[in-house]
Amino acid sequence: MAQPQHQAVYATDEYGRPFIIVREQATKTRSHGVEAIKANILAARTVANIVRTSLGPRGLDKILISPDGEITVTNDGATILGQMEVDHQIAKLLVQLSKSQDDEIGDGTTGVVVLAGALLEQSEALIDRGIHPIRIADGFDRACKVAIEQLNKISEEIEFSQNDTSNLLKCAMTSLGSKIVSKAHQQFAQIAVDAVMQVADFERRDVPFDLIKVDGKPGGSLEDTTLIKGVLIDKDMSHAQMPRSVKDAKLAILTCPFEPPRPKTKHKLDITSVEEYKNLRDYEKQKFADMIKMVKDTGANLVICQWGFDDEANHLLMQSDLPAVRWVGGPEIELIAMATNGRIVPRFEDLTPEKLGRAGIVREVSFGTTRDKMLVIEQCANTRAVSIFVRGSNKMIIDEGKRALHDALCVVRNLVVNNRVVFGGGAAEISSSIAVAKAADEIPTIEQYAMRAFASALDAIPLALAENSGLPPIETLAEVKSRQINEGNSRLGIDCVGSGENDMKKQWVYDPLISKRQQYLLATQLVRAVLKIDDIITAGGEEE
Amino acid sequence: MSMNIFGDEATEEKAESARLSSFVGAMALGDLVKSTLGPKGMNKILQSGSSGDVNVTNDGATILKAIQLDNAAAKILVNISKVQDDEVGDGTTSVCVLASELLREAEKLIMARIHPQTIVEGYRIASAAALKALEKAATDNSSNPTKFRTDLFNIARTTLSSKVLSQDKEYFANLAVDAVLRLQGSTDLEHIQIIKRVGGKLTDSYLDEGFILDKTIGVNCPKRMENAKILIANTSMDTDKIKIFGARVRVEGTAKLAELERAEREKMKDKVNLIAAHGINCFVNRQLVYNYPENLLAEKGIMCIEHADFEGVERLSLVTGGDVVSTFDNPDKVRLGRCELIEEIIIGEDKLIKFSGVAAGQACTVVLRGSSSQMVDEAERSLHDALSVLSQTVKETRVVLGGGCSEMLMSCAIEEEARKVAGKKAIAVEAFARALCQIPTILADNAGFDSADLVTRLRAAHYEGQSDAGLDMDEGGIISMRKLGVTESYKLKRQVVLSASEAAEMILRVDTILRATPRKREAM
Repeated sequence: MAQPQHQAVYATDEYGRPFIIVREQATKTRSHGVEAIKANILAARTVANIVRTSLGPRGLDKILISPDGEITVTNDGATILGQMEVDHQIAKLLVQLSKSQDDEIGDGTTGVVVLAGALLEQSEALIDRGIHPIRIADGFDRACKVAIEQLNKISEEIEFSQNDTSNLLKCAMTSLGSKIVSKAHQQFAQIAVDAVMQVADFERRDVPFDLIKVDGKPGGSLEDTTLIKGVLIDKDMSHAQMPRSVKDAKLAILTCPFEPPRPKTKHKLDITSVEEYKNLRDYEKQKFADMIKMVKDTGANLVICQWGFDDEANHLLMQSDLPAVRWVGGPEIELIAMATNGRIVPRFEDLTPEKLGRAGIVREVSFGTTRDKMLVIEQCANTRAVSIFVRGSNKMIIDEGKRALHDALCVVRNLVVNNRVVFGGGAAEISSSIAVAKAADEIPTIEQYAMRAFASALDAIPLALAENSGLPPIETLAEVKSRQINEGNSRLGIDCVGSGENDMKKQWVYDPLISKRQQYLLATQLVRAVLKIDDIITAGGEEE
Repeated sequence: MSMNIFGDEATEEKAESARLSSFVGAMALGDLVKSTLGPKGMNKILQSGSSGDVNVTNDGATILKAIQLDNAAAKILVNISKVQDDEVGDGTTSVCVLASELLREAEKLIMARIHPQTIVEGYRIASAAALKALEKAATDNSSNPTKFRTDLFNIARTTLSSKVLSQDKEYFANLAVDAVLRLQGSTDLEHIQIIKRVGGKLTDSYLDEGFILDKTIGVNCPKRMENAKILIANTSMDTDKIKIFGARVRVEGTAKLAELERAEREKMKDKVNLIAAHGINCFVNRQLVYNYPENLLAEKGIMCIEHADFEGVERLSLVTGGDVVSTFDNPDKVRLGRCELIEEIIIGEDKLIKFSGVAAGQACTVVLRGSSSQMVDEAERSLHDALSVLSQTVKETRVVLGGGCSEMLMSCAIEEEARKVAGKKAIAVEAFARALCQIPTILADNAGFDSADLVTRLRAAHYEGQSDAGLDMDEGGIISMRKLGVTESYKLKRQVVLSASEAAEMILRVDTILRATPRKREAM
């Protein structure tokens, strides 16, 4: 359907005389009523169709080319939509949708868009039958409630403890299954679980993500990715002859430069005589010596500084056996402080032994043939800070690895927060779909139709899964659905990997309950928003 | 039914056409660099569009970096070759060719309606089998220094044989091995300084056992110094500025000004005295040295070398074992650099400073000579490749055989593995084996031999258990690579297989290409 390109809208007054509402030759365009809704639905479906093929363990990736020719290869819904150059208003709404799922849950960004697309597709048919869009939205809301109830009902609690993380591992593996890192599936899942376990606060059921740092460097292969129980920073020692590793490090974490003081107020220092000149010279020398002495006196044996060093200071540091790292960025310095239980000190005068951070070993590691060095701080006083170091054969693979890890970390975190799960592979959707369809029959009003539509929309997820896995979609879905009803087993889903087993519990395909719930809620909300729009007025662009 | 939701000029390529465009891009790139592979590979001329500079090379990474591409898949290949360069230093062409061959095979499979994910699964099984075979074939001689040296020498020779230096590969292989062994396990190639000078012939190049600094000795200073005690400094020797912020000089009259000037001189003189108090006879500074302090130093019989930038200073401190110093108040704490002789030498038309008879010797200098600047540049790249590979081999000491032997070995191992795999995946596994076979095929093709004949004979040899058989590039036959001494680093080969299969997998998994509107640039 082409977008209406009226240069003008004609209307007739009560005498039948035509008049023009939108000025001719104006660039303002307008579409309204059913036409507007249909145009919107179409746009939303186009977006959903783009990401649909990325769904599931056998979904495929997309290449995104940025305006500067940079390449991103990904299968993460939020990333695809975020980097797509979308111009259509409704399409932008969908992009927002997947972003809010990403912010809230971190995973399931593709699923939510596919679901929203399917809901809109279904509502199009209802509009054709003359049902008012608001009634459709109301029906969807009711259906959504039923579906969520069903989710709660079929969800199961999974057991895990700090010692037994095998269940968490399986969830992380479900999340990673659809990504390129499934090459080192077990390893990445393990890394994600270990990282979360390390930082998790079980009392408060909270996982502070700022303690997990994900860093990457091209080289090696995905299998070389490691979890470092400590901090990794992309810096090296300030002086070439400083020791390359420090054991039992006591870190002085400074945010002041090793330079002569610079008062913030504007001032001038006039030198009028030779004595003053000489005094100043001595003062300068003294200042450096004092700085070093103050650091040394606290018993520190490693200096981490946010700023640069003067050449003289650098050398003095080296001479007094104080290895130092300069130009460490703000977030990194905070992470170091957190990891080593040190305090960030803004002035030399404030340094005390208690404020020093502690770490078992700080060492420099080098990579490949280029002169790349990184500093690893391990065995920190606060064992809760971790870094994940991603390796891979090219830049795109590392970026994708980082995104995949982020998703997996989110999944594990969600489970720590709430350990209820539903079954993946479309099982939860099929089960909800059955429940919604059943509930629909009991509704006396028109919403009945909308609820049935919701049920069919839920089927879109297992359909897409089956399609992406190269299975006959309708046949497979019909079979699984009838088995769910006949066997009363809500754990049956689409067997994407061809293992011959439909029971998702036996295949260990889990999704956190809150993630699924969020998907349903967000998608339903969005659909309501889209259905409520009945007029689009586009102001004309600037005259070229 | 669909609708345009993108901005102007933003495009979307889907399914078949997206795959087609990435396959075509990757294969085109593979074909482009294919002809440079192996000892009989050809060179390429790269001409810069803007400046017209000409560059003759057969280094894969250099070629690929120079091409402007507008194809996503091709860009991924360029990236893996760049990473290969950074990580191992050589094999940049092989990795690109292998990835594109893998995709060529995959294209056939996709034509036969096999799901890309099934191909990916097959490729994973295959690359795991390949790496296992490779690891089994790798030998480690690190416990035996003489044997290890032979290994290193062979690796250097193999690497260099495909480069411009192949005429004198024995000579340069020795040179590279010596240079790397001096690093004593460090992989910091910055410590090997390469000085390029046009003139003479390639074999006039040499590894200097000492260290050569591309600088001149200050005027009035002695040009030759025996038993030098060197102070390596990083300090300002122009006017020693006051570093206190906001300080400035305000005087009332010329008399005062003169006084202050004297004070400034006094300060410099003090500094020089402090420096001299270290008991040195050579002073090397990273920064400028003004005439006045230079004079003062010369008076004290201290040789003064100024402006020896960061690398120079760092290398020098490594070579002579001295500290890089910025303050001079504690002479007893400063380690001085020592060498037996400092002298000015002349290479071509330039004067350079040579430090010979140095103690520590972790750094060294290679002087490259050649008939043209392109020649010297290419020689430098080749040498850099060899040095990188060697320095990595010192770390990961296992070696494998070259000349298509390892590839055939892996290919055979994969075929064995394929027999055990059930389902469609098996076809993909076999495809991987075929792609690996392409490497010896291209090697033979480039050398002008009958590749079909040679490669099948090679495979037969491997199946008969002759696991060290490879292609003899001079005679065009099958020969034991172990006897011929064609060796390659295990890490290099491993990285090639890993990177190529990861990249191929990545490209295979793609089914949509979304391109944003290219950023408008002002016309040049």
